[in-house]
Amino acid sequence: MHSLSAIFQPILAVLRGDEDVLPSFSHGVHPQEHRAQTENLPIQRAPFGKTYILPLGQHIGAPAKPVVAVGDKVERGTLIAQAGAFVSTALHAPVTGWVKAIEPRRIPSGQLQNAIEIEADPYASQRLPTKAAIPWQNLSLDDFIQHIQNAGIVGLGGAAFPSHVKYALPDGVKIKTIIINGAECEPYLTNDHRLMLERPEATLQGAEIIRQKLQADAVIIGVELNKAHALDALNQVIKAHHYQHITAKALRVKYPQGAEKMLIKSLLDVEVPVNHIPRDIGVLVNNVGTAVAIADYFEFGLPLIERIVTVSGSGVSRPANLIVPIGTRVRELLDFCGGLTDNIKEIVMGGPMMGTPITSLDVPILKGSSGILAFTAVETHKPKEYACIHCGRCLDACPHFLNPARLAKLAKYQAYGEMAKLHAMDCVECGACTFACPSGIPIAHLIRVGKHEIRAKK
Amino acid sequence: MEKQKQKLIVQAAPYLSHGITAPKAMLDIIYALIPVALLSVWFFGISSLWVIISATLGGVLVEWLFNRERADNPLKDGSAILTGLLLGLTLPAGLPLWMAFLGGVVAIGLGKTVWGGLGNNLFNPALLGRAFLLGNFPIAMTTWPAPIGDAGIFSVYPSTFTWPFMQVATDSVSGATPLNLMKFQHQFTDVGSLFIGNVSGSYGETSALLLLVIGGVLILRRSIDWRIPAALLGSVFVLSLIFFMVDSRLYPNPFFMLFSGGLMFAAVFMATDPVTSPLTPKGAWIFGIGMGAITVLIRLFGGLPEGVMYAVLLMNATVPLIDKISQPRAFGHGLKKDGQ
Repeated sequence: MHSLSAIFQPILAVLRGDEDVLPSFSHGVHPQEHRAQTENLPIQRAPFGKTYILPLGQHIGAPAKPVVAVGDKVERGTLIAQAGAFVSTALHAPVTGWVKAIEPRRIPSGQLQNAIEIEADPYASQRLPTKAAIPWQNLSLDDFIQHIQNAGIVGLGGAAFPSHVKYALPDGVKIKTIIINGAECEPYLTNDHRLMLERPEATLQGAEIIRQKLQADAVIIGVELNKAHALDALNQVIKAHHYQHITAKALRVKYPQGAEKMLIKSLLDVEVPVNHIPRDIGVLVNNVGTAVAIADYFEFGLPLIERIVTVSGSGVSRPANLIVPIGTRVRELLDFCGGLTDNIKEIVMGGPMMGTPITSLDVPILKGSSGILAFTAVETHKPKEYACIHCGRCLDACPHFLNPARLAKLAKYQAYGEMAKLHAMDCVECGACTFACPSGIPIAHLIRVGKHEIRAKK
Repeated sequence: MEKQKQKLIVQAAPYLSHGITAPKAMLDIIYALIPVALLSVWFFGISSLWVIISATLGGVLVEWLFNRERADNPLKDGSAILTGLLLGLTLPAGLPLWMAFLGGVVAIGLGKTVWGGLGNNLFNPALLGRAFLLGNFPIAMTTWPAPIGDAGIFSVYPSTFTWPFMQVATDSVSGATPLNLMKFQHQFTDVGSLFIGNVSGSYGETSALLLLVIGGVLILRRSIDWRIPAALLGSVFVLSLIFFMVDSRLYPNPFFMLFSGGLMFAAVFMATDPVTSPLTPKGAWIFGIGMGAITVLIRLFGGLPEGVMYAVLLMNATVPLIDKISQPRAFGHGLKKDGQ
């Protein structure tokens, strides 16, 4: 039976007012948040494990080129692979130890990829060598870009796009507004939330460094209202340190608020024209994790060798927010969290809306891995698929105003040319359509397949 | 710890779901129809219940007959029951039960199954069944009994239990519907009693007040698309207001148009059938306004007293075209230079 609350919820949402006052993009969905498990857990450091696997292509672009050989001794934080091209980035040893192998290893997506395997030195202190702060104020933009590339910094929101590429602006292009993405719209994940709450100074420092280097006019940090404490923390630091150009703004809680173009629409009320990137309208978006990584690099000389990962879901004995060295095997991470429960059904890397299912616990945490979610029957559902009833819920969900029902049908008929005409390539694969579908049709997946075929034909 | 063999599920993202399933969505509409059915029993007696049940049985029987070999039996999705209920509620209370049953058979058989089942039919199955009955049994289908009044809920109209193809008893207390009165006797029923519903007509078309409340709840629950009833009712109102202002003695006032006949019922339950209405928001408006225009034209100038059924069916036929021309503007497309 349907509960009364389901009837009155929509009325309440309007009456409460808070929903509609805050800025947001059009369409989108409201998944249950599932954050209570981890949002109050302070970030902890996981103990060091035995082996670390560092795939060379864990960022978008060309793979990195190893600069070490099997048997070499490496110190924590030293370079082990350098950028293979401009759209590529460096890789550093997450622990002190020895290079055990450079050969293909399984990555979370299921493919094999060349990777450097490092065996940790069990007797090493794993203390980072003390380095002086790098005076970023004096760096030219080109030097700054070089530093970011050498630090191996990528977008930590999930896509792992090398950050320095975003800062390399063509002549005549000026960034007016920098947006720091603290939306964290994926349910379950609280790593960005904790980071903003516990390290607001670093978040703002990173944002200010990017702003000054790009000579942007303003920085806006967009935070969904379900992270009000983090927002308060940021605002306090902005006040205390007199950051004149930075504001932190509350956003309505809605998925996919954190998608780049959605966030720009929410905060600036501008649509990025199709086939354009944000910098074409003078905007640059960075994740809060990326801002903190930049601050840490210039403050402590710390390259990107670790990130914060939320381990959650009903299949984990002890959920946590952890500082995890890149390359840590999922198995070691889960062991630290008390292991998996017996009735485990599904393990996902990333968020529950866009994450990847993993089939082996020996795959490593990558620079772009924001969460490990272990699901039991509580969360897992394999919906029974019915025929499309044309209800249009997917159209109301799609933040890119596409016609997902039509696209999914075309994908089933392999009419990929027709899909391209209906702007299938605009799809950001956020999964809102599948989420909303009452007929249990894997719409987002069908469109993903179609996009793959369209790309293959080009 | 003992090592266990675990079978993990590997499926593509997203892993969360809204929780609404197609059968649940249909159940929503079925629940919404219960008060309407109860009210019709209150007005027209137990006969109306028999008619509804007969129509539903006809639909369910055909659905079972055509799909009994299939592993995923579509009976479970509840759409056959819904169609039967919808059909039953558009029939006169005194309709012989065998006709109602036949209507249910045609609604599911010709209205849905032959198209390939749920999601593939072009026309609203319930209205297709009704159109079939109206074409074949015009007298029985237009003999609208007056509300039972003092006779009691358990009184049965004499025509209810007639045998197939035998003379329909026409001497029952028949009452002309408000639209009939308007069309053929040029006499307007008081808008107030239309609103409450104590007038002749099919069950579903009697109480505008109840239908408005139910429609409102369904819209708030997002079970139906609000745009379609808004466009249909709005266009009927505006169009009939124009005629009313041209000649208020010849044409009825717009509120009469809104609350009489099957318009409310069609706006809430028939036009909003997701399968046979457009997918796109813009399409929903075109669809609704088209139905409104056809309804007003048939009612005021056509040879029939009521036109909503044909309006819905005619517009159903245009849905694939409407969908084609009303694709939503994709994000970031068709912008002026500054991105506004």
